[in-house]
Amino acid sequence: MSLLGPFIEVLIGGLLAGVLYSLVALGFVLIFKASGVFNFAQGAMVLVAGLALVRSLDFLAARGAPVWAAIALGLVFAALVMAVCAFAIEKWVLRPLLNQDGLTLFMATIGATFVLEGLAQMVFGSDVYPLRLFPTDVWIVLDGVFPGGILINKLDVWGGLIAGALVGGLAIFFQKTKTGRALRAVADDHAAAQSVGIPISWIWFVVWLVAGLVALVAATVWGTKLGVQFSITFLALKALPVLIIGGFTSVPGAIVGGLIVGAGEKIAEIYLGSHIGGGIEYWFAYVLALAVLLVRPQGLFGEKIIERI
Amino acid sequence: MLYRETGQFKTSYVKDMQIFPIRQDRIGIALLLAVAFVGVPLLAHFHVWPFRSEYLLRAILLPFLILSLAAIGVNILIGYCGQISLGSGAFMGIGAYMAYKFGTGMPEIGLPPLPVLASILLGGISAAIVGILFGIPSLRIKGLYLAVATLAAQFFFDWVFLRVKWFTNYAPSGSVSAPDLVFFGWLVDSPIEKYLLALMFVTVIALIAKNLARGSIGRQWMAIRDMDIAAELMGIRPFYAKLSAFAVSSFIVGIAGALWAFVYLGAWEPLAFSIDRSLQLLFMVIIGGLGTILGSFLGAGFILLVPIFLNLVPSELGVPLSTETISHLEFIIFGSLICFLLIKEPHGFARLWSLAKEKLRLWPFPY
Repeated sequence: MSLLGPFIEVLIGGLLAGVLYSLVALGFVLIFKASGVFNFAQGAMVLVAGLALVRSLDFLAARGAPVWAAIALGLVFAALVMAVCAFAIEKWVLRPLLNQDGLTLFMATIGATFVLEGLAQMVFGSDVYPLRLFPTDVWIVLDGVFPGGILINKLDVWGGLIAGALVGGLAIFFQKTKTGRALRAVADDHAAAQSVGIPISWIWFVVWLVAGLVALVAATVWGTKLGVQFSITFLALKALPVLIIGGFTSVPGAIVGGLIVGAGEKIAEIYLGSHIGGGIEYWFAYVLALAVLLVRPQGLFGEKIIERI
Repeated sequence: MLYRETGQFKTSYVKDMQIFPIRQDRIGIALLLAVAFVGVPLLAHFHVWPFRSEYLLRAILLPFLILSLAAIGVNILIGYCGQISLGSGAFMGIGAYMAYKFGTGMPEIGLPPLPVLASILLGGISAAIVGILFGIPSLRIKGLYLAVATLAAQFFFDWVFLRVKWFTNYAPSGSVSAPDLVFFGWLVDSPIEKYLLALMFVTVIALIAKNLARGSIGRQWMAIRDMDIAAELMGIRPFYAKLSAFAVSSFIVGIAGALWAFVYLGAWEPLAFSIDRSLQLLFMVIIGGLGTILGSFLGAGFILLVPIFLNLVPSELGVPLSTETISHLEFIIFGSLICFLLIKEPHGFARLWSLAKEKLRLWPFPY
């Protein structure tokens, strides 16, 4: 009983932290599904969105705008910035590289990552900017059952709720709206979608915009947790193993993969890390992904990879 | 007029297959080697311009040579065999730390400290073995999936060198310093000697790599890169071709890592081999030219020179930039250049060079 309490606490903490990885992974999945591009720049987009939001908030707050107005305007501004990014990437990186193989596109997004990181930091500054949108104190629950109760960070719960809402919203968007259906058509087959009159460059812009907005949401939660700073881009790299585990093409996979990685690395850190030196959170997700790759290359929920000649 | 192969007849297969079939190329390479091996050390010895201070030799030429070597290794894997790797930094680290361990001895297994040359080579071999291990997933997965697998290697070894104290001989700070560089009684300590040492390694390995790439194994790599299923149907064993590319590439990258640590840094921390290094090497290879040895040199030179250029030129023009702005500008320039080259010239600077050669052949009568 005395061991179960901490275990549940670690598990819940890990699961909720995993939701944050899922938020970033969602952006990857959206773009990969719609354009077959493995978007290394998603982490940089989180950084750009976070910086745009926090700097405009600071700017408005310094001029005495009321809090709600500052937040609303800040979000709108950040969304606009993401739209500009989506437009620029579509126009100058993706369109000229249409019909290139995946590796070339991947390397192009690495290039885009560097441009985004450099520009964002040059325009918005490169310090650590604290962001306070959500409460960060803790709840203590079940203290009747376990001695000391279980600590849950409110921010993590907010993150979970937001991720749930986002997945719901995206599901409706993909299933019910005309643009969403067009997106799925493009994902299935570029050429066929184009031949029935779906404007492919517009669709790609929409996809990158949606991914940018997902990045903005991720940035609000990440930024509140860690402050908006450059190292966010490295944390966002953890979305890669999340994708491998969940499968590149599956939105539920991104969520489940995030939960597995979040819970797995926290539990491994506490119960395994103490024996072999600690800090294994740093690589646990990647090695887990490597193991999954060897057994099930398409991930838990991904479509089976079929080689055609 | 100068660069024309008219009249150079190949009368035997050996002549037709030689490494530099055009006479002007052979002369050019010989001149380049002469300048590198004799000219530069002489100028540096007498402190003639541009070697007034040791800066050019120590801070530009030495890292350029070693990073070119690493880029050659990465190019074999990515450019020739088409297996993308984001873990090259880790393999440099393995080369460096294993060379350090061999160089300072392993009392646990009764191994005395080995000579520097042996430990550098053994560092490369250790990297090759780990490279083969992490190359095994490439038999099942490819492309982006493989990129994540190599990323696993990168983060895992970052952690290993930071936390496993055995690799740093239980140094409390985690930073280690290289043993004295003694090669058969020759103590390498002045910048000129270090430069010559790195140059020898680079020349020998670049020649080996060039020959591997144009031989049977290199053709197998390229076949796998261009279309692995077709290559398999033609009788190329993917197992052998892919793992040999991983082994050769990791060996060269490991040697480069050992040289980077021993010769350039002297004392180093695990951070020297982080993911930034991996991405830097990837950029060198893309910018320089995928699948060419020459491109590795061009890319390494470019990546090293841009920051220096950004440092010097604006301040000469009277608008000095802060170090922060410079590092951000670097990001932007590298990133946009990557995108630009992938779109306009996927074969990098090396392709520009070969285009220039084509033009030169006809100059001044291009018809």
